[in-house]
Amino acid sequence: MIFRLDLRSGVAPYRQLVVQVLAAVEQGRLHPGDQLPSVREVVGQITINPNTVHRAYRELEHLGVVEGRAGLGTFVCAHVRSGEDWGDLRSSLQRWVREARDHGITDATLEEMWRSALRHREVTRD
Amino acid sequence: MTDFAVQLTHVTKSYRRRDALRDCTVAIPRGRVAAVVGSNGAGKSTMLRIMAGLTSPTAGEVAVLGEDGPAQSAPRLSRVGYLDQERPLYRGFRVAEMLRAATHTNQHWNDDLAREHVRSLGIGLEQRIRDLSGGQHAQVALSICLAREPELLILDEPAAALDPAARHDLLQLLMQQVSGGGVSVVLSTHALDDVVAVCDYLVVMAHGRVVLADDLDYILHSHRLVRGPANDHRWPEGAVVIHGQRGARDGVVLLRLELPVAPDECSFEEPTLDEIVLAYMRQSALEVAS
Repeated sequence: MIFRLDLRSGVAPYRQLVVQVLAAVEQGRLHPGDQLPSVREVVGQITINPNTVHRAYRELEHLGVVEGRAGLGTFVCAHVRSGEDWGDLRSSLQRWVREARDHGITDATLEEMWRSALRHREVTRD
Repeated sequence: MTDFAVQLTHVTKSYRRRDALRDCTVAIPRGRVAAVVGSNGAGKSTMLRIMAGLTSPTAGEVAVLGEDGPAQSAPRLSRVGYLDQERPLYRGFRVAEMLRAATHTNQHWNDDLAREHVRSLGIGLEQRIRDLSGGQHAQVALSICLAREPELLILDEPAAALDPAARHDLLQLLMQQVSGGGVSVVLSTHALDDVVAVCDYLVVMAHGRVVLADDLDYILHSHRLVRGPANDHRWPEGAVVIHGQRGARDGVVLLRLELPVAPDECSFEEPTLDEIVLAYMRQSALEVAS
C-alpha cells in the first residue's frame, strides 16, 4: 500500500488516507488479511505527521475495514469484499459522460452534478 | 485537564515604538506538531522566542511543559530546543567538531543519535560546515537540536530557502522524531503545503494578534465556501462569516460552521487551507484599517 497526499485539495490528510485504503480494498489492491504499513513506514514513505496516520487507522478500524492486532500491526479484516471491478457500472458511467459532453455540458458542471447526486443519496438515506 | 506543551495567556510584547504581540492567548496540546503562520512582521518569531524563553513578555502569562516559573530557568531551557531561522553553526568547524562543541554546551546530549542522524543524511563528519549545501546545513542544525532530546522543539522557519528534496528530507527527519513519541513541536512557516503535510495544529497570526488557533482537521472540516450574490443568505444558523467578496450578482464568502455539519450544508464548497488562512488574514487587515 503506497499512500500519497494532495496538499491542495482542502480534504483533511487523515481523510485522504482513509479514502485511499477504501479504494485499494474495493479495487482489489488490498485483500482481506493484508497488512497495512506501520506508522513509521508511512512516515518513511511520504512526508506526513505520524498522528495523522494513527488517526486514519483508527477511523478505518471504526469503519470495520481494518483491525489492529496488538504487537503485530494493522490488517484488513477478513470479511471485507474486495476485487470487484464494477465493469458494467463503469462503462455505463463512461457512456453517460460521453452523452453529456455531446450535449455541450462542461466538466465543471458535470462534477457539480456528480457531487449533487452523491449528496442526494446521503440526504434521503435516513 | 488537557496537558499543554505551551500556553500563552493574554501575552503582549511591546518594543519602544510598537507592539510585536497584542493580547495573544493560545494553548497547544502536548504531542502535537503546531504551525504558526502569518505575514512577515505578524509576530511569529517574537511568539516563538517567548515560548522558547529567549525573551520575556511585557504582559501576560507563559506556561511551558506545565511549568510557569521564570522563562529563562535552566531546567526549563534544557527541556526546550530552539532553532533560529539563521540556523547558526560555526562555519569553520568540521561537522564532528560541531557535534563535539554541542556535547560540551548542552546539559543533556545524545551523541549516538546526533551521529546516526548525520550519517543517515549522507553527511560526512569530516566535512566543513561552510562546504555544506543549504539543505545539509539545515539538517545538521536540526540534528544538533534533536540530539538534545527536548520535550518541546521550537523551529523558526526550519524549511525556508531549501530546495524541494532538502525540504522533504528535513521534514521527514522531524516526523521520524515525532513518531518516536514524547516530543511536541511548534514551527513557523510560510509554506501552507508543509502545514497540511506535517502539522496537526494551526495558529494564524496577523498584526500581532492570534486570529485563529485550533486543531488542523477541525479547521478544515468546519469551514465552507458559499457562492452567491450579496443578498443571498442561505447559510445555516450558527454560521459565522469570516471574510468574503460579494457583488450584486456573484460572490464567494468563507463561513465557519458549527460541527457536525448537516448533509444539506455540504453543498458548500470545501476551501483549501490557503483560502482559509487568507480569509482570516484579510479580515484582520480590514479590522486594523477601520
